[in-house]
Amino acid sequence: MNEALLSAHGLGRRFGERWIWRGLDLAVGAGERVALTGPTGSGKSLLLRALSLLDAADEGEVRFLGRPIEPQAVPGFRAQVVYLAQRPALADSTVEEALRSAFAYSIHKGRRFDRERTVRLLGALGREAGLLGSPAKGLSGGEGQLVALVRALLLEPRVLLLDEFTASMDRDAAERAEGLVRDWLDAEAGRALVLTSHDPSQLDRLATRRADVRGAA
Amino acid sequence: MNPGYLQISLGQLALAAGLLAVNLGLSFALKLGIERRLVVAAVRMSVQLLLIGYVLEWIFALDHPAPVLAVALAMAAMAGSAAVKRTSHRFAGIYWDSLVSVLGAAFLVSGVAFAGIIRVEPWYEPQYVIPMLGMVLGNTLNGISLGLENFMEGVAERRGFIESQLALGASRWEAAHPEIRRALRVGMIPTINSMMVMGLVSLPGMMTGQILGGVRPADAVRYQVVIMFMIASATALGMFCVVLLAFRRLFDAQHRLRTDRLVVASGSK
Repeated sequence: MNEALLSAHGLGRRFGERWIWRGLDLAVGAGERVALTGPTGSGKSLLLRALSLLDAADEGEVRFLGRPIEPQAVPGFRAQVVYLAQRPALADSTVEEALRSAFAYSIHKGRRFDRERTVRLLGALGREAGLLGSPAKGLSGGEGQLVALVRALLLEPRVLLLDEFTASMDRDAAERAEGLVRDWLDAEAGRALVLTSHDPSQLDRLATRRADVRGAA
Repeated sequence: MNPGYLQISLGQLALAAGLLAVNLGLSFALKLGIERRLVVAAVRMSVQLLLIGYVLEWIFALDHPAPVLAVALAMAAMAGSAAVKRTSHRFAGIYWDSLVSVLGAAFLVSGVAFAGIIRVEPWYEPQYVIPMLGMVLGNTLNGISLGLENFMEGVAERRGFIESQLALGASRWEAAHPEIRRALRVGMIPTINSMMVMGLVSLPGMMTGQILGGVRPADAVRYQVVIMFMIASATALGMFCVVLLAFRRLFDAQHRLRTDRLVVASGSK
């Protein structure tokens, strides 16, 4: 197997006395597409959050390229390993401003918002460029997920952590979104994907291997 | 000696207490059932104030900085904890953060005002220090509880949005910045509003007190202007300080939002 891009070592998370998962090991190699599986409530979303360091693990650690992530390196890590929550949260602004906002962070200094590329991505999702001018708060759940996906892809991460990323989309939008994720994976060798989905056929289409959060791999 | 104002005897105090007959009468007639609490409150108020009067007289007579400082610290400690008691959320260390902010802001601003502007001689002269510091503390307390409440509520409410920014590589400061600004902005509004209408809709207590004490109104208003500026700056400073401290507790060094450290205060609405 390739050297692990992103890995979890003996990760444990608990609420009070109850361990959601414990002693969890997971290694995601460059180019891998991993589906996290397990019943509802087994902590798949929590694992994605832990992998992006948004939650503090109660045990164990997450490593990137084989090394633990120092506190000051966390924003840089998250710029490369982007987590997409199931419920997108966009700024109270136009869609374009919401998409632009991430480029203001110091970690993305030197990068610029590429409007043409954004329009192309939206087009691939079956949306008109006019969407950019509409208020982000007025988007439906599915549209919000589309915009959040575009926002993540614009940052060209190395790893995407997708939590039910098409849950609120209709069939057509979901297929287009999957296509966009595949394009992103194929555009550069070494990109990796970790995802959860309630739709088993989506996991078949996107993932090359499965990891059960109860048994980890 | 003629102090320049009418002195009130204990008999006159008792007469004034007779005014409460209105409240008691209403409570009895309409069966409001608040007589007991009314009497307890009236007795507490009178005893607390009479005691404080004696304590202050004693401190004035001592003419020494130590007791003045002790009273100032006690007032600050009470202000610090009262500020937290009004908030609807808590986190570990919130009392310390509040105390440090109240203490730092009120003492710094008062120090500058007493030493540099009013030029109180000696610096601890209780006649000036205790009432003015008390007013600054009381208002800083409001600012701190407002700032804390707005910040904690904003962070809890917009958790999803803040975390989506962190997930895209925002530093904790970049992600929290809008919430900090929002909390400070909202927290400064009451001070601005009260300055707007001062003298028109409201006659401030300190100024009316000085006038009762025989001070010329033209001089009394100058004190009021000075204290308002002190209050405005101490409130802003205390609020800024407490919001920054709360930021460091709720956003950890790993650039994580720690809403798990926020608990809803028991007994808050």
